Amino acid sequence: MEFLKFFERFAIPNPSPMIYGSMVAIALVSIGIVVGITYFKKWGYLWREWFTTVDHKKIGIMYLISALLMLFRGGADAILMRAQLATPDGKLLDAQHYNEIFTTHGVVMIMFMAMPFIFAFMNLIVPLQIGARDVAFPRLNALSFWLFFAGAMLFNLSFVIGGSPDAGWTSYFPLAGNDFSESVGTNYYMLALQISGIGSLMTGINMMTTILKMRAPGMTLMKMPMFTWSSLIANVIIVFAFPVLTVALLMGTTDRLFGTHFFATSNGGMDMLWANFFWVWGHPEVYILILPAFGIYSEVISTFSRRNLYGYTSMVASMVLISLLSFLVWTHHFFTMGQGALTNSIFSITTMAIAVPTGVKIFNWLFTMWKGKIRFTTPMLYAVGFIPLFTIGGVTGVMLAMSAADYQYHNTMFLVAHFHNTIIPGVVFAMLAGLTYYWPKFFGFMLNEKIGKTTFWLLSVGFVLAFFPMYITGLDGQARRMYTYSAATGFGPLNLVSFVGAGLMAIAFLTIVYNVYYSFKNSPRNIGSDPWDARSLEWATHTPVPEYNFARLPQVSSSEAFWDSKKKGHQLFTGELKDIHMPNNSGVPFIMGIIFFIAGFSFVFALWVPAVIGLIGVFVCMALRSFEVDHGRHIHVKEIKEIEEKLGGAKNENRPHETSRV
Amino acid sequence: MKIDHTKPLEYSTDQNQLNILGFWIFLGAEIMLFATLFTTYFTLQGRTGNGPTPGEIFEITPVLIETFVLLTSSFTIGLAIHAMRLGRKKAMLTFFGITLLLGLGFLSTEILEFMTYYHEGATYQTSAFTAALMTTLGTHGGHVTLGLFWGLFIILQVKKRGLTPENANKAFIFSLYWHFLDVVWIFIFSFIYLKGMIM
Repeated sequence: MEFLKFFERFAIPNPSPMIYGSMVAIALVSIGIVVGITYFKKWGYLWREWFTTVDHKKIGIMYLISALLMLFRGGADAILMRAQLATPDGKLLDAQHYNEIFTTHGVVMIMFMAMPFIFAFMNLIVPLQIGARDVAFPRLNALSFWLFFAGAMLFNLSFVIGGSPDAGWTSYFPLAGNDFSESVGTNYYMLALQISGIGSLMTGINMMTTILKMRAPGMTLMKMPMFTWSSLIANVIIVFAFPVLTVALLMGTTDRLFGTHFFATSNGGMDMLWANFFWVWGHPEVYILILPAFGIYSEVISTFSRRNLYGYTSMVASMVLISLLSFLVWTHHFFTMGQGALTNSIFSITTMAIAVPTGVKIFNWLFTMWKGKIRFTTPMLYAVGFIPLFTIGGVTGVMLAMSAADYQYHNTMFLVAHFHNTIIPGVVFAMLAGLTYYWPKFFGFMLNEKIGKTTFWLLSVGFVLAFFPMYITGLDGQARRMYTYSAATGFGPLNLVSFVGAGLMAIAFLTIVYNVYYSFKNSPRNIGSDPWDARSLEWATHTPVPEYNFARLPQVSSSEAFWDSKKKGHQLFTGELKDIHMPNNSGVPFIMGIIFFIAGFSFVFALWVPAVIGLIGVFVCMALRSFEVDHGRHIHVKEIKEIEEKLGGAKNENRPHETSRV
Repeated sequence: MKIDHTKPLEYSTDQNQLNILGFWIFLGAEIMLFATLFTTYFTLQGRTGNGPTPGEIFEITPVLIETFVLLTSSFTIGLAIHAMRLGRKKAMLTFFGITLLLGLGFLSTEILEFMTYYHEGATYQTSAFTAALMTTLGTHGGHVTLGLFWGLFIILQVKKRGLTPENANKAFIFSLYWHFLDVVWIFIFSFIYLKGMIM
């Protein structure tokens, strides 16, 4: 019986048939995956090609798959919330369950969907755009991925073992303290974010070093493609913002597990300290997500307008300015929490100031399209749809920035509408544009344009229907994070419209899955290496990209080196082939991910023995790495020649005619 | 691995240069980490609840010992790197060893100091002030502890494999780390201890 008592802690505090159903589903899917892999004898392949890989392209693809999976997890949360609120006095979810769902929706979408999505593109594109063979620290890159993955899995485990966090994605204290959040849910929040946050910080260091030191000959900073610039700035923000989160999470963890009084309301603790730290990280985090999205739009708009990017220098300057301002606006998230008029006024002004560099970028994109030969492909549709929709989100942001007026908007659906209005057309559209645009580079076939455009329209219409009504109900006083409302409030009809919109968005995301399936079966494979007639270096190498990226390192003399080589006779690749040095694969990052997962899980449940063993395991892995001698390996000229011959053959085949793709 | 002999050993390969830049960026992140801890401390130092105030528990003797020991170790790690550049392996290892011994001295004193706090009723759970104090000092002390192991591993590797570009790179990066911990300590000494004892 003692034995069984031990397992009681893993029970769900607020079970429902839905959660039991999910448990069964998770168990069945996990068993199915294991059996399937074993049946098809793919364990060896997975280990050799994926679990141990240090290749930035494969790591990027793993980030991409994880992000898409998490998109569906977070999306299921969203649909449940909208279904609950579709009618007054909804009965689908109770208050506790609703709290858990809006919490996990926020965390999953920001930390485990949007972040890996941008890391996917940074990994896939940046080394190719700067003409490098890999990132600066390939093994660290693999570790970053596996830490992210361990954190994501740990977080997702919460709703079937021990209970989900329920204090909102902001996890404000004292609500998130032990007194008001009794289940282990918030422990999961603290530890899962800590683990994946360490991974993000390492990616920041890795990418910054890569971009600063590994650019192709001739590529000065001001000749870097815009996506690389946006990644550089985003990674600078990561390096300076994530340590704040690390410390805040550490203190939150000790408050919950060791009884300290950082954020408690007794013995001198200060709950507002958490709110401040959270947003000192949290607001820059928003720009970590949006800047790479801006980078993707810049690439897409320039390619499909057949013009070089308008105002390159001002694009860079505005991003630098945004990155500085991003650290100076955090208080606007809690104007109503008693800072006084002077502080609020200062933060109002800094917040509004961000609209200026953002506006500069909007006009630059418009001027890039001005007199351009625009091709309305799927990625371009997303970019063109982004401009007006995002501008509306920006304008409502300036409304929220007025601290006096914010007392009316604070914690209403107006706010919810605003930030979804920036994140969905800003980040999600960009990720889908990037997905469609870069898909052929990494998978060797194009996604179907017809289905892609259907997705865009379903998503855009769904988005407008889902979120614009919230501006109105919010101004009328509908509070966010409330699991129900009465018919007398009159919020019913507009919430029903939101539900219909959310349904359309869900269908849109399903069409993406169908598109992948359809295109995999039907799309031609002889697309060459440059199917969009693009402008920057990632298109100058073969499709699929060989593991060394470029047989000879490209010579660069402008920000559009590849375009110059196609139209102006610029010689990209000169000189003799030489042996190429590549890093060796390693299983250690994967193993460290597992150790972090076990240690994190043990901390969640205060199981000290495995927790301490796990931490020691981490240090042992680091020590082994210190003593390891690994000089990497060389790919010899003969082998390079064979690979180049094989890939070069496909390049000269007929490309589908231009109009068929437009 | 291409070795450029015109550069110091620790900078002589491409990967070495990447490692050093990467580590400088990491130190940038560390500055933010400690800045957050200092912010916490400054915010919470007066919030002592039922527990002691800074002036009641700080003692100058152990703090001065810690300061002198750690500042000296920063000097000796500098000498170790100087010896490394001159190619004098034995001198380098000696200074490296002295650095680590001084680090061990620092750490022992700090542990004794923590035990004194504990006996005086200032524990991790006592108040917001004690939690902030011990987290800030503990994070620094944790870094020193990690450094002791790391430094020891480097000594063993230099002994085993000699002054290779890789080992020189590791030793140089370790010295950056060690100097950084010293700089953090100067802030701890000035703005936590001195300020706490004066006010």
